Amino acid sequence: MSTDTPSADAENVADADLETLQERVEDLEGSLADLEAEDDGKKLTIIATKGTFDMAYPPLILASTAAAFDWEVVVFHTFWGLDILHEEKSKDLKISAVGNPTMPMPNVLAALPGMDAMATKMMERKIDQNNTATIEELIELSLDQGVDLQACQMTVELMDYDEEDFYEGVTTGVGAATALQHLAESDVQLLV
Amino acid sequence: MSETFDVTETLDVKGQSCPMPVVKTKQAIDALEEGDVLEVLATDSGSMSDIEGWAEGTDGVTLLGQADEDGLYTHYVEKTA
Repeated sequence: MSTDTPSADAENVADADLETLQERVEDLEGSLADLEAEDDGKKLTIIATKGTFDMAYPPLILASTAAAFDWEVVVFHTFWGLDILHEEKSKDLKISAVGNPTMPMPNVLAALPGMDAMATKMMERKIDQNNTATIEELIELSLDQGVDLQACQMTVELMDYDEEDFYEGVTTGVGAATALQHLAESDVQLLV
Repeated sequence: MSETFDVTETLDVKGQSCPMPVVKTKQAIDALEEGDVLEVLATDSGSMSDIEGWAEGTDGVTLLGQADEDGLYTHYVEKTA
């Protein structure tokens, strides 16, 4: 802010300043418009770490629904979460009967052989009766809608999995840095 | 309760549960033209709140109306862009 007394020279300077200022305002307006355009869509990143039947559902349901909102969606699967993307294992995910307070039996019985299989069967029957989508259907649906299902490379190697074990369309060769980048860019971040 | 709309297409998701009514509505809307109206028939009671929320949070769609008659939930969604 200048408090100089006006003179012919000062007026010339003021004109030049005004021009620079106008250019600067136009630049800023441009960047603001770019930012607003970028900020238009929302983004969701989920870190899926669990590979039990019941814990496979929440990330997939949220991911496919967010995609229906036209959000950009990334699900980063790590540790047991990888089993959700594993074509064979995803069809055979189990519920744990032990430590599950909703099971109608004490833990000492739940620990008996065959109890996990029984609990899983019960849940599968419920899902079938209720016409709830299967894990496989939700994966296909998510991929169809452009959800980026990622398999953490470090745990792929740790679990001795192969790229071919996963559903077609799954992103491999990604690590924690990629996950953090997506998390930082997201409006909603979840760890499941 | 029984408002009438000029329906372009009907999507039947009766018997299907979350997230299918919303996801299939979105897919059906994508296949329509601007100005078209999609009628969605569902039996999932959660679809009342879910489709309303989806329409509110999604650009280019307007929820024209919803009806609940004896466990049949009908939704009318217009594609506006």
